[in-house]
Amino acid sequence: MARKQLHLAAHFPGVNNTTVWSDPRSRSQIEFSSFRDLARTAEEGTFDFFFLAEGLRLREVHGQIHDLDVVGRPESITVLTALAAVTTHLGLAATVNATFNEPYELARRFASLDHLSGGRAAWNVVTSSDAFTGENFRRGGFLDHADRYTRASEFVSAARTLWDSWTDDDLIADRRSGRFAAEGAGRFSHRGQHFDIAGEFTVPRSPQGHPVVIQAGDSADGRDFAAAQADVIFTRHGTLEAGQAFYADVKSRLAAHGRTPDSLKIMPGVSVVVGDTDAEAEEKAAHIRSQQVSGATAIATAELLWGIDLSDRDPDGPLPLQDPVVGSGVVRGRVGFTDPVATVAQWREAAESHGWSLRQTVIAQQNRQSFIGSADTIARQLDSYVQADAADGYILVPHLTPGGLDDFVAKVVPLLRERGVFRSEYTGRTLRDHLQLPTPQGAASGAA
Amino acid sequence: MTPLLTAVALDGAGFHPAAWRERSVGVQDLFAPERIVSLTLRAETAGVDLVTLADSLGPAGSGPGEVTARLDALAVLARAAPVTERIGLVPTVTTTHTEPFHLQAAVATLDWVSAGRAGWQIQVSDTELEAQHIGRRTAADPSVLWAEATEVAEVSRLLWDSWEDDAEIRDLATGRFIDRDRLHYTDYVGSTFSVKGPSIVPRPPQGHPVTFVALTGPESLPTVAAAADVVLIDETDLDAAVAALATVGDAVRRRGRDTEQVRALIAVSVLLENDPGTARTRRERLDARSRRRTPLDHVGTVDSLLPLIERLAETGFDGVLLRPAVLDTDLPTITDDLLPRLRDSGLAGPNTPGPLTLRDRLGLPRPANHFATEHFAADHFAADRPAELRRGA
Ligand SMILES: Cc1cc2nc3c(=O)[nH]c(=O)nc-3n(C[C@H](O)[C@H](O)[C@H](O)COP(=O)(O)O)c2cc1C
Repeated sequence: MARKQLHLAAHFPGVNNTTVWSDPRSRSQIEFSSFRDLARTAEEGTFDFFFLAEGLRLREVHGQIHDLDVVGRPESITVLTALAAVTTHLGLAATVNATFNEPYELARRFASLDHLSGGRAAWNVVTSSDAFTGENFRRGGFLDHADRYTRASEFVSAARTLWDSWTDDDLIADRRSGRFAAEGAGRFSHRGQHFDIAGEFTVPRSPQGHPVVIQAGDSADGRDFAAAQADVIFTRHGTLEAGQAFYADVKSRLAAHGRTPDSLKIMPGVSVVVGDTDAEAEEKAAHIRSQQVSGATAIATAELLWGIDLSDRDPDGPLPLQDPVVGSGVVRGRVGFTDPVATVAQWREAAESHGWSLRQTVIAQQNRQSFIGSADTIARQLDSYVQADAADGYILVPHLTPGGLDDFVAKVVPLLRERGVFRSEYTGRTLRDHLQLPTPQGAASGAA
Repeated sequence: MTPLLTAVALDGAGFHPAAWRERSVGVQDLFAPERIVSLTLRAETAGVDLVTLADSLGPAGSGPGEVTARLDALAVLARAAPVTERIGLVPTVTTTHTEPFHLQAAVATLDWVSAGRAGWQIQVSDTELEAQHIGRRTAADPSVLWAEATEVAEVSRLLWDSWEDDAEIRDLATGRFIDRDRLHYTDYVGSTFSVKGPSIVPRPPQGHPVTFVALTGPESLPTVAAAADVVLIDETDLDAAVAALATVGDAVRRRGRDTEQVRALIAVSVLLENDPGTARTRRERLDARSRRRTPLDHVGTVDSLLPLIERLAETGFDGVLLRPAVLDTDLPTITDDLLPRLRDSGLAGPNTPGPLTLRDRLGLPRPANHFATEHFAADHFAADRPAELRRGA
């Protein structure tokens, strides 16, 4: 049987402590040149797509803006549209929230990106709906947590209705008859629990028909949403065992929606450290980990876990003795720990058996580096994980802006190509082509 | 006399509703990125100061005989930003059914990706059709919507200021990436929305991207007075244009602003040919194909357009917004013929690389940061804020 082909994406370094801003090589998180340079590196490596995360409220600890990590970023769709001018094949994926947007406007923006990039647009649908974020928006924290995916799912359905409101043939533009568009082109209506909208969509059908839809969320509801609506899942399950379990679970949900397993690609977010040898890579990785977790960051991470003020603790001293306070709201706008009580118990055990300080414990427990080794080691591992159905590919999260993927593209990509599991050049034009996804069939003209 | 500013509208196939039916227009490529890039580059190379692109949450034209479709204007100009260097980019952005927080972030980002060349023309959505597209509000009276647009402009400036220019410190000693004392909550409460802040986007290169407002009637006048860095005036007859300019001046002064800090552009639609007869014939051909009549201010030669522009400059306009009847035909005449003639006659400045930000180009200073001044807390909710901007008033 032919070996599965890998899919790869480049995540622009985000606003969390994976990103090392203190390194002298670290450049601006906001200037366009940083985005351009990382995107060009990814395109040189014939990656499938470039990925931007989103946060709609600056993160806070103790009611103050969290100042230890990178803060601030440009608005994703606008950056990606500009990147379309300086790249030719690379897919362009924006994370955009389904709670604090409306289908008509967002479907229009993504269809525009798809036109302006020649069919390279992707939308990572996220669902944060907390009142904290809502304070920046007209409707505030209007949506119950339980409804986040019913709204998201209906949102994507409504967007697909809008994208289908123009068929491929609706743009007639016949000079002689004077008919620009087919009768009823763009006409739509959608009525549901969350949206009651109708009228005329103004963007002709875009090259991909529908931009690629990505989902990132781990709950059962999130997985069902992905099985029903998504083309790609961005997950945190990057290890072999967790990856295989997640992969089997999600792919098994597809049949209920009449979908085949290869119509949904599973791409864990992972960090890679490449060295000349495995030993050198381990050294590099340890250095990066210590850069990622300063003393102040160790305290902030412990506060996120314990849910209490630990600002007067010594990061180089022992772990706090208190029990964690669940749901305290000390830290806001960040993804928290799912089970703080169990995690604290696990941290205590590790710290005691190794004699670790708080900072050392945080460094060890927060380790997000999934692949460490020589280029050869990494290429073999990535390939074997994908062949073992732990993933269909990976979203690489570098720690440096914008040079964090230079080593990977220069050293690992050629080996993946030699192994015959990754493209040497782009064979298609659109992101759907790269991901081997079918082009959606348009609805009939004037469908309402 | 200061040199005249030149702006060009790059909408659709051109300003005339039947423009797309001209042979010179590649209709199938109207939405291709290459088209907008080449039009913008042509304008930039000729020394045009800025381009505009209209937008709405509804159809562009009326009916199947016109170009009803269009892409998101801010996205289109973002696509042109990395391949241009000095031309201003001014998309229309609608404020009625949209989120102020998202809008200001997108406009700030256009400023980042263009290295300080972004503007935005504020527009309201007052049709029932647009209201149904979003499904959250019913259509409202334009004066109410323009009052809200003023608030959107105000909160946008506050959000752009919510990061001081030097907020990013990367202080290794304390491990702090930012100095959070230089980030500010906007705590803005408007009549229909509130925004906590700060923005997620650091302060853009120009401080505030340039705000354009068209004087579309008495309803938009308060927004012009309160928020416009550039006012667009659209009148077909010269006396009316002069009167509108005076009205704007009065309103700006009454609002306590300095008229020296507001630029006024007059829209002039142009159809240009080498002789008047050919121009008339082309216009008749276009008009025969469109049931909708549009005013075309100048149908004729470049020679006869020059005195009109000179009169407009003399009456106090800072520049012209040229609307080519058919972009593919009339833009080349503007860039290759009209602009050199404006320069020769001393009306327009030399086509040198010139200033790089749009504010510099317009002769507008980079604004001070509202929050960085000592007294911000005192005047933020001061009594002299217009009553309509205070909740419940
Ligand atoms: C890998 C991954 C990346 C995510 N990235 C973002 C993001 O950039 N912005 C955001 O608002 N939410 C992000 N989320 C949050 C999810 O979209 C979702 O809202 C959250 O996980 C809650 O859904 P759940 O209950 O299904 O997990 C991410 C989640 C995962 C798993």
